[in-house]
Amino acid sequence: MSFIQLNALAKQFGPTRVVQDFSLSIPKGAFVSLLGPSGCGKTTVLRMLAGLEQPTEGSINIDGRDVTSLKANQRQIGMVFQAYALFPNLTVAENVAFGLRVAGKPRTEIEKRVAEMLDLIGLPDLGTRYPFQLSGGQQQRVALARAIAPRPRVLLLDEPLSALDAKIRVSLRSEIRAIQRELGITTVFVTHDQEEALSISDQVVVMNGGRAEQAGTPFEIYNAPKTRFVATFVGTLNVLQGRVDGAAPGHVEVGGTRLPLETQAPFGSNVALAIRPESIRLKGTEACDIRVPASIGEVSFLGSVIRIRASMLGADVEFDIFNQPDMPPPIPGSQVTVGFNRRDLLMLEA
Amino acid sequence: MKRTKFWAWVAAAAGAVYFLLPLIGTFEFSLRARRGVYSFDAYRSVLSDTQFQSTFLYSVIMALLTIMIGVLIVTPTAFWVRLKLPAIRPVVEFVTLLPLVIPPIVLVFGYIRLYNTSSFLPLTGSSMGTNLLLMLGYTTLALPYMYRAVDTGLRTLDVRTITEAAQMLGAGWITILARLVLPNVLVAILSGAFLTFAIVIGEYVLAALLNRPAFGPYMVWMGSNRAYEPAALAVISFAVTWGCLGLIQLATRLAPHTRAKR
Repeated sequence: MSFIQLNALAKQFGPTRVVQDFSLSIPKGAFVSLLGPSGCGKTTVLRMLAGLEQPTEGSINIDGRDVTSLKANQRQIGMVFQAYALFPNLTVAENVAFGLRVAGKPRTEIEKRVAEMLDLIGLPDLGTRYPFQLSGGQQQRVALARAIAPRPRVLLLDEPLSALDAKIRVSLRSEIRAIQRELGITTVFVTHDQEEALSISDQVVVMNGGRAEQAGTPFEIYNAPKTRFVATFVGTLNVLQGRVDGAAPGHVEVGGTRLPLETQAPFGSNVALAIRPESIRLKGTEACDIRVPASIGEVSFLGSVIRIRASMLGADVEFDIFNQPDMPPPIPGSQVTVGFNRRDLLMLEA
Repeated sequence: MKRTKFWAWVAAAAGAVYFLLPLIGTFEFSLRARRGVYSFDAYRSVLSDTQFQSTFLYSVIMALLTIMIGVLIVTPTAFWVRLKLPAIRPVVEFVTLLPLVIPPIVLVFGYIRLYNTSSFLPLTGSSMGTNLLLMLGYTTLALPYMYRAVDTGLRTLDVRTITEAAQMLGAGWITILARLVLPNVLVAILSGAFLTFAIVIGEYVLAALLNRPAFGPYMVWMGSNRAYEPAALAVISFAVTWGCLGLIQLATRLAPHTRAKR
């Protein structure tokens, strides 16, 4: 049963259609991420859900009610912005209390709720400070507390971690997820950072050109991408061009080598195959069902892993091996055998 | 480096002499009302003059009303233009600059022609109507200063995000304007208000041609009829202006949430 239902949403700004035919179903209490490159329409979808933009086409249902024509201040949705958006003239406590004051809650209830929220975000003693007296991470925590204080039905997070440094970003995303789980609030998170999306979401929607390319769990999105865009946008991927071999059914010719692969594509058609770097092995290739020769190109030592660029099956690929002190990395220019398993090859659409 | 500093000091000194010397001269002259000794007789005479008191009070009331109307017109306009109509900002800026280009004499003749006793809106037919006309005229004259001050204040705010954040928390437009926009641009509004106050206190053309008992015409009348009192009046009005500028500074310092920006 879906709690939020977006039906064929479209948004046009002048002649530009930034979102088209976007449908999504979000169950109650889920944490869903909209992931995509800049300009793919993810923020516009979020803003339409918030009521800050009116869809050109389509409808939005929350908890069984059509809210498409409701204004932002009538939807009972909390939102956290990339730029914190704390009210500079109000203290931390006043910021958190703002939504409750607007709703006309009694003073005692407001004070209790503000204290609860400040405890929740781990800043119980900073209620009297002004936003300019806080660090970026603290400001974003306050923004989160302010958004959830009025007990909204849905929480929207518009790239809330983008303005923070890497270390705080990682810790704050865990905190956001923990708070979301504790409150059980349905959350939609917008990000262009795939690691962020994969690490905290129940469901990831990968967007491109205003459309949802694929929706699924992080595991599905990473391991079974349905389109070339999803495959290349999420994680690193090596793409190999092949041709369905008419002379040998059940085989695809890739870079002059016949690989035993079943495909629905017609004989003689071109196909794109993809393989994740972690699926390619340099050592222990006897455990792989496909072994091919490769020429080592660049070798980069990154500490715990060694990144290798190599040429195989007529394409340049990249893969990582673990650093093992007793096994030196391959020498650039050397010829080696690399292996992978048939099941690790992804057949890409479009 | 040293040479640059030297010339900077020379320029500053020349500016100070050009600015301060006439002021010192006027002040010194205003103290000479009593033969042979310096005294504040001219000031005493001016301050005890009932006409001074009534015209000054009239101008102060007009200034306060002008500020109020100016704030009510300019703040929502500047806010709305920044939020919803950024494309027309240059047009609005141009319109707000017009009072600097169009002389007050043209403005007041236009008013008299449009709002005389035989017009569709005979504002000049009554004292209250003429007062209203004068106040609206002052609002127009102060528009470039008030708009610029408020717009500069809004520039320091992320107006769009703050408005959207407030909307998401259930706030309507009045709440957003009253609780968030106004307090955040209060210092800017005060700057505009004090500039407006200074303009209105010394304004002559509109008040004289609309025949209102304002401080500007009183100063001119005094200038043509007395010797030392006009100098005292000039110093007083200068002190009022500087007092206003001092208050702008004070307001900026006292606003708690603006401390970090300085």
